[in-house]
Amino acid sequence: MIGARSLRIEDPVLLRGAGRFAADTIRAGELHMRVVRAPIAHGRIVSIDTSQALLLDGVVAAWSYEDIAELPAIGFRLTPREDLLPYRQPVLARRVVRYVGEPVVVVFATSAYIAEDAAELVEIDLEPLPVRIDADDDPVGWIDAEQATWAAGLGRDLPEQDSEATSFIEEYGDVDAAFASGRGHIIEMDARIGRHTGVPMECRGLVAYFDSADQQLIVDGAAKVPFWNRDAIAAINGLTPAQVVVRETHVGGGFGPRGELYPEDILVTIAAMRLRAPIKWIEDRQEHLMATNHSRGQHHTMRALVHDDGFIEALDTSFILDQGAYIRTHGATVASLTASMLPGPYVIPHFRVRAHVRLTHKTPAGTYRSPGRYEGTFARERLVDKIANQLGLTRTQVRRRNFIAVEDMPYERPIEAMGTHLVHDSGDYALLLDKMEAKYDFAGIEAEVAARRGAGEIVGFGFGCFVEKSGIGPVEGAKVSVDASGGVTLTCGASSVGQGVDTVLAQVVSETLGVPHDQIRVVRGRTDQFGYGRGAFATRLAVMAGSAAMMASEELRDKAFRVAAHTMRVSVEELRLVDGRVEVIGSPDDVLTLAQIAGILEPVGAGELKESPGLSAEGWFRSDHMTYPYGVHAAVVRIDGGTGQLVIERFIVGYDVGRALNPMLVEGQIAGGVAQGIGGAVYEEFLYAEDGTPLCTTFMDYLIPTVLEIPDVEILVTEDAPSPINPLGVKGAGEGGTTAVAAAIASAVDDALQRPNAISSVPVRPDLLRKLVIAGPLQTTRPSKPSKTAARRPSTTNKEKS
Amino acid sequence: MSQTIPLRLYVNGDRYDIAVEPRRTLADALREDCGLTGTHLGCEHGVCGACTVLVDGQPMRSCLMFAVQAEDASVRTVEGLAPDDETLHPIQQAFWENHGLQCGFCTPGFLVLAAGYLEEHPDANEEEMREVLSSNLCRCTGYQNIVKATMCAAEKMRR
Repeated sequence: MIGARSLRIEDPVLLRGAGRFAADTIRAGELHMRVVRAPIAHGRIVSIDTSQALLLDGVVAAWSYEDIAELPAIGFRLTPREDLLPYRQPVLARRVVRYVGEPVVVVFATSAYIAEDAAELVEIDLEPLPVRIDADDDPVGWIDAEQATWAAGLGRDLPEQDSEATSFIEEYGDVDAAFASGRGHIIEMDARIGRHTGVPMECRGLVAYFDSADQQLIVDGAAKVPFWNRDAIAAINGLTPAQVVVRETHVGGGFGPRGELYPEDILVTIAAMRLRAPIKWIEDRQEHLMATNHSRGQHHTMRALVHDDGFIEALDTSFILDQGAYIRTHGATVASLTASMLPGPYVIPHFRVRAHVRLTHKTPAGTYRSPGRYEGTFARERLVDKIANQLGLTRTQVRRRNFIAVEDMPYERPIEAMGTHLVHDSGDYALLLDKMEAKYDFAGIEAEVAARRGAGEIVGFGFGCFVEKSGIGPVEGAKVSVDASGGVTLTCGASSVGQGVDTVLAQVVSETLGVPHDQIRVVRGRTDQFGYGRGAFATRLAVMAGSAAMMASEELRDKAFRVAAHTMRVSVEELRLVDGRVEVIGSPDDVLTLAQIAGILEPVGAGELKESPGLSAEGWFRSDHMTYPYGVHAAVVRIDGGTGQLVIERFIVGYDVGRALNPMLVEGQIAGGVAQGIGGAVYEEFLYAEDGTPLCTTFMDYLIPTVLEIPDVEILVTEDAPSPINPLGVKGAGEGGTTAVAAAIASAVDDALQRPNAISSVPVRPDLLRKLVIAGPLQTTRPSKPSKTAARRPSTTNKEKS
Repeated sequence: MSQTIPLRLYVNGDRYDIAVEPRRTLADALREDCGLTGTHLGCEHGVCGACTVLVDGQPMRSCLMFAVQAEDASVRTVEGLAPDDETLHPIQQAFWENHGLQCGFCTPGFLVLAAGYLEEHPDANEEEMREVLSSNLCRCTGYQNIVKATMCAAEKMRR
């Protein structure tokens, strides 16, 4: 039932090790693909020699770009700005390699071991070219006219392109006029968010074969967006979408990077068609850390005009996004979301942000859980803390002064997010902060850490506020059917990346049909079972697929009522559905089970009743707008003065999801999201040497937090602001655990050190903390004088591209 | 390199007579030669612990062992935890009831690690179990439900 802490229906299979993850599909006669990757960050391909590899027993083929030259560059799934087209990635490196890990050659062999042996025998001669790893540097020439023309595929010649792929502005109000008024304090802030990413525990992988009996290409191991990938794979292979079956099987974590269409996915399907054998590719972890999408990697420069009471009149800001070497399927999604979600829960009457997407010789970047919001929330909340400090206000005072008021909901901010009008659908931001302060006794925590500091400990408390977004449309569908034995099946276009969507959808169906959720079979992520599905991203499925499942269930119930009313000679109004049985109200012996009704609706019977055959119904939910859940993150941290080690003693999350379909799963999403947020705030960062060599290609260098680094997260899930724009009132829970983690931890570290604005970049590393501890506390609260130079534009060295 | 040698493995009480290259890892032999794909490979360099199996009762990274090193040993994998099709092992049951898994990829490693440790140290306290569980990585749960599940299972297993 909706709202119950129902146990997951996914678990029994997974607990027994009976799941089918990408590598678990094993087909007779399969060939294993191994990718030979660029060993340097930038270089011209002089020659490629695969002859020694091909001599090895068991090696079937070895391809470089020349062998797949007819394939276009990989397309955009989201936010497809035309100015980004020249930066798209070829399936195999074309004349030039642009990051360490770029696929250059693929070999196919009868075992994974032989394929790896063969890969080592491939000789690639590269002429090194100058490397650029700092996105802050002014743009330089990036690709020549020939490459730009080819990659864009627009059918017209393009000139050489520089390393700023795109630059755009989101704005409303009149920022220049506000600053020119000279009224208020000018407060500036610089913030950096390190490059890190999702790193699911299962690496990528795909198994494809052409079934020559069915004349279908079967692709197993897909994730996240199987329908979009199916269409792309069909087009690339010259097949109709109906001739391509993409199945997601089990997915070992998504988080954004997993499931996008990558070069390797295309190569696997092309090879299955050409070599007419099952092709299997399983990424290893070292490949994953340099080939799968990175994320974050932003530098924000902010300038605010603020009244004495902390009200932010205007915010003028710009940021640079370190995109890496190509633009992949996400197009400008992360930059766009960063820009539009930057104001967060605050009014800010005048706002302007300029985004710069810059190419560097690093692994290409895409989305990662709370894309753009983790970064923007860190930057904005750092600024708000600075405002509080500089004006001598408390951190809560400034936030309360700026919150969008509950009376103003729904609140339209006149900019777009993911191509939709940004309308905060509902929310009471002040109420959630009130509840958090009361439930967790923020004042008591502050007094306690102050006392401990007095006793010599380096401890602090901090928090951050944020707005998330979820439930992007435009549409999702579901079909519920009951067979003549009473078995209930929900078939839909949703995808699972392990978040428990089967359970939640089953609960929604259970709510209407009264059949226990663990007796409902959920079929999703298979393009041969349902017509359409947009995928598991942007925390959209509880809203979109959940609403569709509800509508389908209600349609099915109505159909069952019609049949029962006819059969039992009563009116539909006299019926009710209880525990999977339709009974006459007040006469519980007059009953038909859903199984019996399904029996009546077998084709002959259905025809007599003028109903479509079968007890089944579809529901389609459309939405033009996103839902906007919101939250507060708070942290208590302790710093070891001797080593600079940062210990997160407590982490507290308040999150309003409108309606929690399964509170246990909502809390699970939040706790897991916090752990990933802590990773990015304290431990995880992809570092590069000057020459572009990635320094974090194993779990010894890329540090994922263990149980010892993650506190038990204290969670308050509220339902104060149900969404008015879907029938369940639900908002998504998938990303709000991550959003403000860096912001809250930085705020707490400032407090511990008693050095306002000490932390302006994440991850917060022990060496920095050690230096700051040695430097000692700073005097706080120095109110600034009203500035006379308010009309100055933000100081930035960025070349702006019009 | 592709010369194989015969190897007898005992896994979950069953005997497997297989032929492997000397360089074949135990994980690959379990997954591909024995068909036991419940043991997962998350990093292949001994950090994540998804491939943890019990070798003569000791938790081992099966990605860091050659299959031939397990000759004549008794290997136990996630498939060998539950007593039958109807009943889960207490650690599996506790993970289910406490939402100790999301995607389920790291889960076999955690289950085997915790089961192996608790069977030898039934009185392990939470602090000790956190230390043990820090051997493995999970990217979905934030660990708190894994700890909770493990302590619930410990209590059940003591009864």
